[in-house]
Amino acid sequence: MSAYVSKPQPPTQDKRWKLVDATMRRLGHQSRGLIETLHTVQEAFGYLDESALRYVAMSLRVPLSRAYGVATFYHFFTLKPAGKHTCVVCLGTACYIKGAPQLLDAMQKDLDIKPGETTPDGNVSLLTARCLGSCGLAPAVVYDNEVAGKVSPQSLREHLSKWNHHES
Amino acid sequence: MNLEELEQIAVTEREAREKVRHEVRVCMAAGCLSCQSQGVKDALTAEVKNRGLEETHKVKGVGCMGLCSEGPLVATSEKQMYKHVASADAAALVNSLDGEPVKRLDCPTDVPFFQRQKKIVLENSGVIDPERIEDYIAEGGYRAIVNALSDMMPQEVISEITTSGLRGRGGAGYPTGLKWSTVSRADGNPKYVICNADEGDPGAFMDRSVLESDPHRVLEGMLIAAYAVGASEGFIYVRAEYPLAIKRLKTAIRQAERLGLLGTNICGTRFSFRIDLRLGAGAFVCGEETALIASVEGKRGTPRPRPPYPAMSGLFGQPTLINNVETYANVPPIIRNGGAWYAEIGTEKSKGTKVFALAGRIENTGLVEVPMGITLRDIVYDIGGGIPEGRKFKAVQTGGPSGGCLPADCLDMPVDYESLAKAGSIMGSGGMIIMDESSCMVDVAKYFMDFCMTESCGKCVPCRVGTYQMHRILSAITNLTATEPDLKMLEELCDLLKNTSLCGLGQSAPNPVVSTLKSFAEEYRAHIHDKKCAAGVCGAHENGGDEKSKPEEKNEARELSEVGA
Amino acid sequence: MSPTNVVKPGTKPVQPASNVKTLQIDGKDFSARPEETILDVARQNKIFIPRLCELEGLSDVGACRLCLVEVKGSNKLLPACVTRVYEGMEVTTNSPRLAAYRRMIIELLFTERNHICSVCVSNGHCDLQWMAQKLGLTHVHFPYRYPKANVDASHERFVIDHNRCILCTRCVRVCDEIEGAHVWDVMGRGIDAKVVTDLNEAWGNSETCTSCGKCVHVCPTGALSEKGHAVAEMEKRRHFLPYLTMMRESQE
Repeated sequence: MSAYVSKPQPPTQDKRWKLVDATMRRLGHQSRGLIETLHTVQEAFGYLDESALRYVAMSLRVPLSRAYGVATFYHFFTLKPAGKHTCVVCLGTACYIKGAPQLLDAMQKDLDIKPGETTPDGNVSLLTARCLGSCGLAPAVVYDNEVAGKVSPQSLREHLSKWNHHES
Repeated sequence: MNLEELEQIAVTEREAREKVRHEVRVCMAAGCLSCQSQGVKDALTAEVKNRGLEETHKVKGVGCMGLCSEGPLVATSEKQMYKHVASADAAALVNSLDGEPVKRLDCPTDVPFFQRQKKIVLENSGVIDPERIEDYIAEGGYRAIVNALSDMMPQEVISEITTSGLRGRGGAGYPTGLKWSTVSRADGNPKYVICNADEGDPGAFMDRSVLESDPHRVLEGMLIAAYAVGASEGFIYVRAEYPLAIKRLKTAIRQAERLGLLGTNICGTRFSFRIDLRLGAGAFVCGEETALIASVEGKRGTPRPRPPYPAMSGLFGQPTLINNVETYANVPPIIRNGGAWYAEIGTEKSKGTKVFALAGRIENTGLVEVPMGITLRDIVYDIGGGIPEGRKFKAVQTGGPSGGCLPADCLDMPVDYESLAKAGSIMGSGGMIIMDESSCMVDVAKYFMDFCMTESCGKCVPCRVGTYQMHRILSAITNLTATEPDLKMLEELCDLLKNTSLCGLGQSAPNPVVSTLKSFAEEYRAHIHDKKCAAGVCGAHENGGDEKSKPEEKNEARELSEVGA
Repeated sequence: MSPTNVVKPGTKPVQPASNVKTLQIDGKDFSARPEETILDVARQNKIFIPRLCELEGLSDVGACRLCLVEVKGSNKLLPACVTRVYEGMEVTTNSPRLAAYRRMIIELLFTERNHICSVCVSNGHCDLQWMAQKLGLTHVHFPYRYPKANVDASHERFVIDHNRCILCTRCVRVCDEIEGAHVWDVMGRGIDAKVVTDLNEAWGNSETCTSCGKCVHVCPTGALSEKGHAVAEMEKRRHFLPYLTMMRESQE
């Protein structure tokens, strides 16, 4: 790369971009650092929006469409902000045969959202995981980063109502 | 760092241990942590402190003790274990150290679950503190690499691995020695060593446990591999869904660097090696080595046709060795004890031990390490404690979405690579899900097809569209709306995907269907002809959020002229 | 690459590798250079091997799986477009088994999106349609998916109709490898994968597209077309591609 291209500026003055810049610097501003950098962005901001993708792509000299392709290929990345609370239902094999589908059914009925969606009031996001590796606790659910084991539709509902209760 | 300095660390550590009269080990692996074992550890530490016993009583956080379903687990001596411990039990446990055991929390260790295991990979799990390198060194850690560096040529290392008969523990069982020697002979500099820690099989958590319980073992295995093949840089590709494993790996790398066991001129030799982490981002297909490489390069994790194999042209086009966590974890003991020692364990073609994650409808859920060749019956009934609630065993699923379901008449089969393959499944990474009569095998097949469809990268046509079509047919069967021609179509697609897909994901996606069609054909027939599901799982009620399985128009063969030509 | 005429002292002179490989395709003998693929040899000798993702002048991805052939001694079918020849190779390019697989793959493509030839601008000039006829496909026995796919006509001169896309990625490759703009890439995965411009914006708003039109002309179906064509009017021109590839390579 010999031609000079001016360095892109972070989309906002937000201090969190310094974290993103640090990751890119650590990886030598090479295109191979794309996924690591997206991890940092998501950790700092919660999701990957268009301005973030554009900034990262331009900084690492990655084509925009490739950055978008990578961000949408990996299910760990999300392009939309998550709700105030997240509930991840594990759909690993052990959880599946021990009743995870019933948990998902209950969630969908109560909240009227599908996996990957957030309630209209922005309170709860429903997600699924392919396996949390907590098979000994099947079926497992993660409430806001806290793993709960041997969950029943009833205990799930109790947890959800706590979240909704605090809201009102 | 040389052998004497290493020994010095071990001696200092052991002396410190001898001053301690009682060591209380609390499991700090993910399973027990999610049952609040951190609180238990804090309570025990506070209790010891309050009584002023810090000098003689040590509370130590350790890795997985295996019996995950009974957590939080605490061990107060080699023989005495406690289950379902709560913070409130701290006082009682500290009292028991110089008295009678606490009966109500007792977790017997003289049972087959513990007695019948043979621990090589897991030898330090639940024993050492995974966040302290000194603890690993005290158990003989890093001796293998320091020894190899001073006394062995790379060729000798490879020949020990070849002698051991170790085969890849990621699933396919490729001979590890052969892989190493191919990379070592490949032209190109630099060379890379990659550890595949993207444990993607649902229902498998062996690698997570090893990384959380004994991360240095994996680093040492990679170091030995790097020395053997002539690599200078390594990557651990670990799932972002395993935050604890990532944290402990980072700690371990930092500690090893501090002691000069990673970095430049290791042990004063010309050998330099550094290890970096790369986080996976939720793509099962990245377990396939060419897809994993694409992902480490920062790209979409799509596989490419092989050859060229990664051993010749892998990461950044350079020769690359890829093994999984458990394979590397086997390496230090092999170098320490010799390949011949390892080759004595197991069967003729499958040497050593294998770690399995037991889950599903089984009494003892957790991690077990057993010699290859043990029968499935021993694992399920003896070690696993059988099926709970007096129900009947129906099948065991091995190998995840690339594996198959083995029925009761396979129970007396030895567990090794060849026998499992012959029975229509695979060893896989080691997940073992036990099912009883409450599981419907067609539903299970559909579950795995849903998984493969969601995880298909979409690059090649048979896998991208074929998994969709197969999932549609399986949904129709579980909705009790399928007909005989659907079944024929399903079989056609199984054959197509197996033979024409680009990578292992598509080629093995039919396995759960093929194996259940073979062993549980009557269930398929009952769903199609009698519109009945014996397990009571299938029917009008659809499981889960299956918006993809909308009933569609029936399969009339349409003339191409309507759509094409 | 080390020069072959230099022999290090104490080592045996290396036998120079033969630069010509002889192989059999469908029972006939051919010779080829070692870097050539089965498809290269077949193409030079007018042996037909079906394929859709491959296009002369672009890199090969081995994705459509139509060019799978049987090679004696291999228990797997191998993609002709990326498999190098070797000495004594025996290739079978057609058999009842291969023909059946190829027809099923074409069928799967027809069911994946909405390929309605009678209203397509590429009717009569479509690689997918041509290949289906050539392979003797008379009907599609898998059910159709009927996905909702959109048409993006925001570009001044071109249109993308996702209903016709078969994800061959020729557009992605030509834009990256020849034009050098990398406007296109694939988003998502599996059955939900889709080609996109830039950050999945409307094509007309793309800040990177040079409107060169190469993607349109390499597209095998009616997915990418020029505006202003009626049904069956869109003919693709690809004569420029081998020339451009050659020129790009000579520059580097």
